[in-house]
Amino acid sequence: MADLLLQTLVNATYAASYMALIAVGLVLIFGVMGVINFAHGELYMAGAYTVVYLYAKEEFPFFLAVAVGLLFVGLLGLVMERGLFRPLRDNPLGGLIASIGFLLILQTVAVLGFGVRMEHIPPSTQEKIVFGASIILTYQRLYVIIGAVVLLGGLWIFLRKTRFGWALRACAQDPEAARLQGISLNRTAQLAMFIGAALAGVAGALTAPLVSPTPLMGHSVIVTAFIIIIVGGIGHLEGAVVAAVLYAFVHTFVTTLFDGVIANIVGLLLMLIVLVVKPTGLFGAKERA
Amino acid sequence: MPERAGGLRIGWLIAGVAGLAGLVLLPHVLSFSQQEILVLLVLNILLVVSYRMQTLTGEWSLGHVVIMGVGGYASALFAKNLGIPVPIAMPLGAVAAAAVAYVLSFPLLRMKGFYFLIGSFAAGEIIRLIWKRFTDPFGGPKGLKLIPSFPTIDIGGISIDFYEPINYYYLSGIVVAASLFILYRIERSRLGLTFHAIHWQDKLAESVAIDTTRYRTLAFVIASFFAGLAGALYAHYVGTVNPHRFDVEEMVFVLIWAIVGGTATFYGPILGVTVLTVVNEVVLRALGFDQMRPMFYGAILIASILFLPNGLESIITKIVEKIRGRDGGAPTAADQPAE
Repeated sequence: MADLLLQTLVNATYAASYMALIAVGLVLIFGVMGVINFAHGELYMAGAYTVVYLYAKEEFPFFLAVAVGLLFVGLLGLVMERGLFRPLRDNPLGGLIASIGFLLILQTVAVLGFGVRMEHIPPSTQEKIVFGASIILTYQRLYVIIGAVVLLGGLWIFLRKTRFGWALRACAQDPEAARLQGISLNRTAQLAMFIGAALAGVAGALTAPLVSPTPLMGHSVIVTAFIIIIVGGIGHLEGAVVAAVLYAFVHTFVTTLFDGVIANIVGLLLMLIVLVVKPTGLFGAKERA
Repeated sequence: MPERAGGLRIGWLIAGVAGLAGLVLLPHVLSFSQQEILVLLVLNILLVVSYRMQTLTGEWSLGHVVIMGVGGYASALFAKNLGIPVPIAMPLGAVAAAAVAYVLSFPLLRMKGFYFLIGSFAAGEIIRLIWKRFTDPFGGPKGLKLIPSFPTIDIGGISIDFYEPINYYYLSGIVVAASLFILYRIERSRLGLTFHAIHWQDKLAESVAIDTTRYRTLAFVIASFFAGLAGALYAHYVGTVNPHRFDVEEMVFVLIWAIVGGTATFYGPILGVTVLTVVNEVVLRALGFDQMRPMFYGAILIASILFLPNGLESIITKIVEKIRGRDGGAPTAADQPAE
């Protein structure tokens, strides 16, 4: 029983890692641009398919494929910013609707390029760590955990310690005032979109050997990401990380005790309760005007 | 508009009669599979127009298709498990959808804007997961099958078999036309004006003693009733419902129809769903680009939000204004877009 508990703990840590990567990107995009990116799950899918193509089909090294995935999906983010979100900046629901359109396009591209069936990717390593009697953490999962810690830690330092980071946070707090200080909204929006998309892409790339990618995999990812950002407070980066950990543990434990569908229902109920009781999220301050 | 020229009114009357005759004759010039699509189009018209009723108060739901599903599931279960005759089960299904919407309105209508959007999405997903998880009575991921169809009617030796899409088209056409009339009257009534007032000036509306939450609930429940009716009509026509049929992808299509058509006028969403369905069938299916369908819809959605933010209806409005301008008559209040 103790082993099962500890194993579930390890699984939850892995789940929390990639969920945090996705949710933080979504929150960053919302914070700076005020747009909810519905296509975020498809950016994750694009990252996974970069690995399908480069690593599984063309047999490049796994980490090279992950790096390319990060850059490629980051560039997709830039395309979205320039083509969709910038022209629709004055249209509150416009960005969200345009991102739904973009999501459909990305899905179709994946279907046309790779087919609708699941891709099975061989793991890049068979190594694993065994704790105690039977608690297993595969290296493949460890990569995801390390990747999340390094990237999110790096992002945190970047936002706190560099001028770009200050500009980004300034835009998130008050775009008008930031502009008066000579900060370019377009530049910061591009930066936020690149980072946010790249985080989703790298999450997809790192988890690709673990989840069997399909072109429609983004759907469950975006539902999870919404739950996390609502629970953590929309536009609240640290809240997203904490909520990702919270959600991953609840979801993993309920899945172990009951089944996956019940776990999804519990997650959605959690979000509904937060929406009703404290819509600004567990860690959100006052709602942005 | 009593002072308006009589000629124009007769013109409208002729156009109306011709349009009606066209709608009655339409299925006779179509192939069997086109007739089936026509029935679905009629149901989708009711779905998207009821969706617009819900958006009148300014809230965009992502759960409307699931509510349609509630109507379908409920009506199917009433008819299949309880043995209630289909013509009675259908309105009961619509009532069930309205009742579910009423219950959901307590948590959901405490939210606004984006929060409502996400909240309605979550509520819809929960309902869908319940259908998936609880095989008894909902049938699990495969859903309900062998749903009783609308009974054959015998009138003096002529029997009308509703397995035939052409007959079901007339049946659903009558139901949908009546529903559209009711929805139109509601929007033009004091109630509809209140919905608009809440959308554009909710604080001001509250200041003149309008209970905004009550009216938002009312709009949500009315819209859900008609969505449920569309679902019930769907269930007994197709004979099967499953959780996948009412997923968020279908909801995206409803959004696209409404946005491409435009939601400022009553006919905007009808225009959107009709044009896109025809384009879909004629262009994509005929040319064999079926797999490209989502991309096509995505591109249309992006193009329309970027270049035609007020939808196809804005083109019609412009043309009508031009014709009016030449006639010298000012546009009447009743024909103004709702804004």
